[in-house]
Amino acid sequence: MKQNAVVSLKDINFKYSNEVILNNISLDIYDKEFITLLGPSGCGKTTTLRVIAGFEMPQSGEVYFEGEKINDVPPHKRSVNTVFQKYALFPHLNVFDNVAFGLKLKKMSKSEIEQKVKQMLAVVDLKGYEKRPVRALSGGQQQRVAIARALVCDPKVVLLDEPLGALDLKLRKDMQIELKQLQQKTQKTFVYVTHDQEEALTMSDRVCVMNNGVIAQIGTPEDIYNEPANAFVADFIGEANIINGIMLEDCKVRLLGAELDCVDKGFEKNQPVDVVIRPEDVEVVAPDQAKLNGVVEDVIFKGVHFEISVRCQNCLWLIHSTVSQKVGEKIGIRVDPFNIHIMEKMFLNPTNDITTEVYYSDKENNTTTIRLEGVEVTIPDTFYEEGKRIKICLPPDALYIAGDGVGHLDEVYIESVIWKGEHNEIILESDERKWIMQSDIDEQVATYVPLCFDFKKAEISEVSADEK
Amino acid sequence: MKKLRSKIYLIIIMAFLYLPIIYLIAYSFNDGKTSVWKGFTLKWYTALFNDAQIMGSLYNTLIVAILASVIATILGTLAAIGIYNFKGGMRSALQNVSNIPIINPEIVTGVSLMLLFSFAGVMMGFEMGFWTVLLAHIGFCTPYVILNVTPRIRQMDSSLYEAALDLGCSPVQAFFKVVLHELLPGILSGFLISFTYSLDDFVITYFTRGSRFQTLPIQIYTMTHQRINPKANALSALLFIVVVVILIISNFASLKKSKEAAR
Amino acid sequence: MKSKRPAIPYIGWMLVFTIVPLVMVFYYAFTDSKGHFSLEPFRNASVYSEVFLYSLWIALISTLICLVLAYPLAFSISRCSERGQSMIVMFLMVPMWMNFLLRIYAWVLILQNYGPLDMILKTFGVDVTLIGNSGAVIVGMVYEFLPFMILPLHAVMGKIDSSLIEAAQDLGCNGFYVFRKVILPLSVPGIISGVTMVFVPTASTFLVAQYLGGTQFMIGDVIERVFQSDHNTGSAIAVVLMVVILGFLVFMNRFGDKEAVNG
Repeated sequence: MKQNAVVSLKDINFKYSNEVILNNISLDIYDKEFITLLGPSGCGKTTTLRVIAGFEMPQSGEVYFEGEKINDVPPHKRSVNTVFQKYALFPHLNVFDNVAFGLKLKKMSKSEIEQKVKQMLAVVDLKGYEKRPVRALSGGQQQRVAIARALVCDPKVVLLDEPLGALDLKLRKDMQIELKQLQQKTQKTFVYVTHDQEEALTMSDRVCVMNNGVIAQIGTPEDIYNEPANAFVADFIGEANIINGIMLEDCKVRLLGAELDCVDKGFEKNQPVDVVIRPEDVEVVAPDQAKLNGVVEDVIFKGVHFEISVRCQNCLWLIHSTVSQKVGEKIGIRVDPFNIHIMEKMFLNPTNDITTEVYYSDKENNTTTIRLEGVEVTIPDTFYEEGKRIKICLPPDALYIAGDGVGHLDEVYIESVIWKGEHNEIILESDERKWIMQSDIDEQVATYVPLCFDFKKAEISEVSADEK
Repeated sequence: MKKLRSKIYLIIIMAFLYLPIIYLIAYSFNDGKTSVWKGFTLKWYTALFNDAQIMGSLYNTLIVAILASVIATILGTLAAIGIYNFKGGMRSALQNVSNIPIINPEIVTGVSLMLLFSFAGVMMGFEMGFWTVLLAHIGFCTPYVILNVTPRIRQMDSSLYEAALDLGCSPVQAFFKVVLHELLPGILSGFLISFTYSLDDFVITYFTRGSRFQTLPIQIYTMTHQRINPKANALSALLFIVVVVILIISNFASLKKSKEAAR
Repeated sequence: MKSKRPAIPYIGWMLVFTIVPLVMVFYYAFTDSKGHFSLEPFRNASVYSEVFLYSLWIALISTLICLVLAYPLAFSISRCSERGQSMIVMFLMVPMWMNFLLRIYAWVLILQNYGPLDMILKTFGVDVTLIGNSGAVIVGMVYEFLPFMILPLHAVMGKIDSSLIEAAQDLGCNGFYVFRKVILPLSVPGIISGVTMVFVPTASTFLVAQYLGGTQFMIGDVIERVFQSDHNTGSAIAVVLMVVILGFLVFMNRFGDKEAVNG
């Protein structure tokens, strides 16, 4: 299914008042494919779509349409059409005039317009609705009008920005199938934006998972689900147990104290890794038949399977099984080697290290002050002379988010939050660097928070001046 | 009990608001110049219509009001869109400057414009009159247009404009085919407010009219200042009827519209 | 629609017809008749400080009377049916659309010697001069600006959900407590905009005192008189008026913010 790219994005960078929205995005969109841009809110998926439509101008990078650079082509001259999030139907026009809007601008003859609109309304199942005012339509019908309005212009590429977001669940499921069929019937390229992973997996030929303005992974739905590229993708697509592990050697990983066989190679010895195991890949066996044991904490019946929560040491595992278990019972957990997915850590260093000069120190109060990103931070119960270079190692649990709103660093961006079985692993980004934090609180991704340091948990040492 | 009390109170306030106007109108039919009733007459009305000066100022008032409100509506709508696209401090600064004519006491606006026009008049050799009044009226009407249009811009789904571009409109086409329809209620109410304020303005006209240009409010001033003039009563009666008719029509129109929207 | 350019004509307009005139007022206020920097105009203006205080006093009294009259009315209107509310609001607006000179003129007719009110009082043996004093000016002001108090109060009170009042009653508040703890704090924004909308024009208005106040002048009348002969002193008075009004607006804004935090 390798085809020519209709739309190509090359090294797109987009900033909005100093905030990086898209960070070097490159993406090829093939002819007649249904590709989905998937990611949490604030990941840049909608901006990518708007760059293709021409509503946003990237600061750098190129947009190609059928091989031609179209950076400077305004939206109304691009042969792509958009279906907007809230449909954006023109309220002063009726169904017919909404759909005919684009054709009228193309100076087509009246009879031709009438014929095309009628035909398109039949395609989206809205025969006989021509004269209705758009306000009088239900959400699903408005949706169809919006799709008809975009498709009737006969664009090469249709851009859809979360078009099903405003519909209720049942209607959404129906529309997913309809949209997919419509795409196959019309043989057009669909670029679809959503934050709903199920929607993405159901409809797409390819899925492009985005996070924080970068593409985390591109692939078929099967690839993305079965071989997630990192812990973020694994966490975002479907459900997963993501646990810290250490790679002992090729095909051997240590997980919660047990040595397990796996199939991944090429990691360094004793490298910390993320281990991803899908809940349906966990087998429940007798305690003496498995290397990992746990106690059943909770069982929920979900229709096709049971959702079983098992506490294994401090870590809570999620297991999908067709067999129920008794709460409080001790069970064994077994996973086939090829179902254990090993991933490089997104944050390579296990601790947050700061090497800096002492800015100011106070012998009387036994404090040391350093400057961090332009802010003075005072470390209590520590004394180093002014001008000395010190190294501060802050473990993930030494970071916390100030509840009262005043932190050492204000406005720190939450890049990702991943449940690691016993606590959340949160990656934050301040002006100059990234931080890793451990927390029991579910912080909201893509928000700004005040960040605080607990220096009691920090390891501080002096470094000689020449040591970098 | 409570209902009755508040009803009586409402009637008292309404009486306070309306009795003077009713009294004024009633005495426009009085065949005499004092407050003693001397019998019914329509002579003040005929005198009013035969007064070339009053008719001339009515004409002036209408011309100024129409031109000022049309120009202010165009200027203000464009300004509202442009100012909306500024960000942060610059936007609020522009909004604040634009609100100066609304916040500032009318008399200060009036004298400040008089200073400008008399200075410019000396420099460029013109006298205050129709043009200066028109400029002044545009000046105090435009902020009201902006105040009425800006909320509509804020409420408008910006993807409507983008949808128009997406379907092949140039930015100008998109404005006339889509955006204008969305802003129309705000533009219309801004226009109406401008028109009525311009019709009714006395203070700013007083300072910018020069010595010869007359508008109806100025005429009313010369008619009523320190004297009793039954022609003014007659004029009040006519103006009152016009106001009531306009309000009833616009009320019916909005009623019809809301009924249509409900359907 | 995304462009700032449409604002350019109006930005130029504001520069010429808002900023420059104000700069001229300040320029005249700080120069003598020969154009040299001088505080002479302010010294000359100080003669009118009593008139100034009188104006503020009249404005304060009128505003308070308006508030006391309007508050209960606005509340009872806000508890009417939606149709009733829009009817009453329309009736409140009609007198506002009459020319303000004619409305004042109506009171001249009513309050004049041997006018209707005078005659009625005389039959009861009360013989007082009704016109040509501060009382008449205040009546005129209240008549003129009462709707400006009622409408913003009503706009805010109409948004107070009836269920809030019911909830307060349900929680054991008696009538006065409901008012003190629920209605009053929630209506503060309406009070603030009403007070602003009445106080600012009353303090700066001109002509009302000339019509009703006899020899009692207000600051607006003074500015007009002085400007006929002396732009410098007139400008100085205008500057003082502007500063006082601005100070008042800032004070009201602060007050509103504080209330919003506490309430």
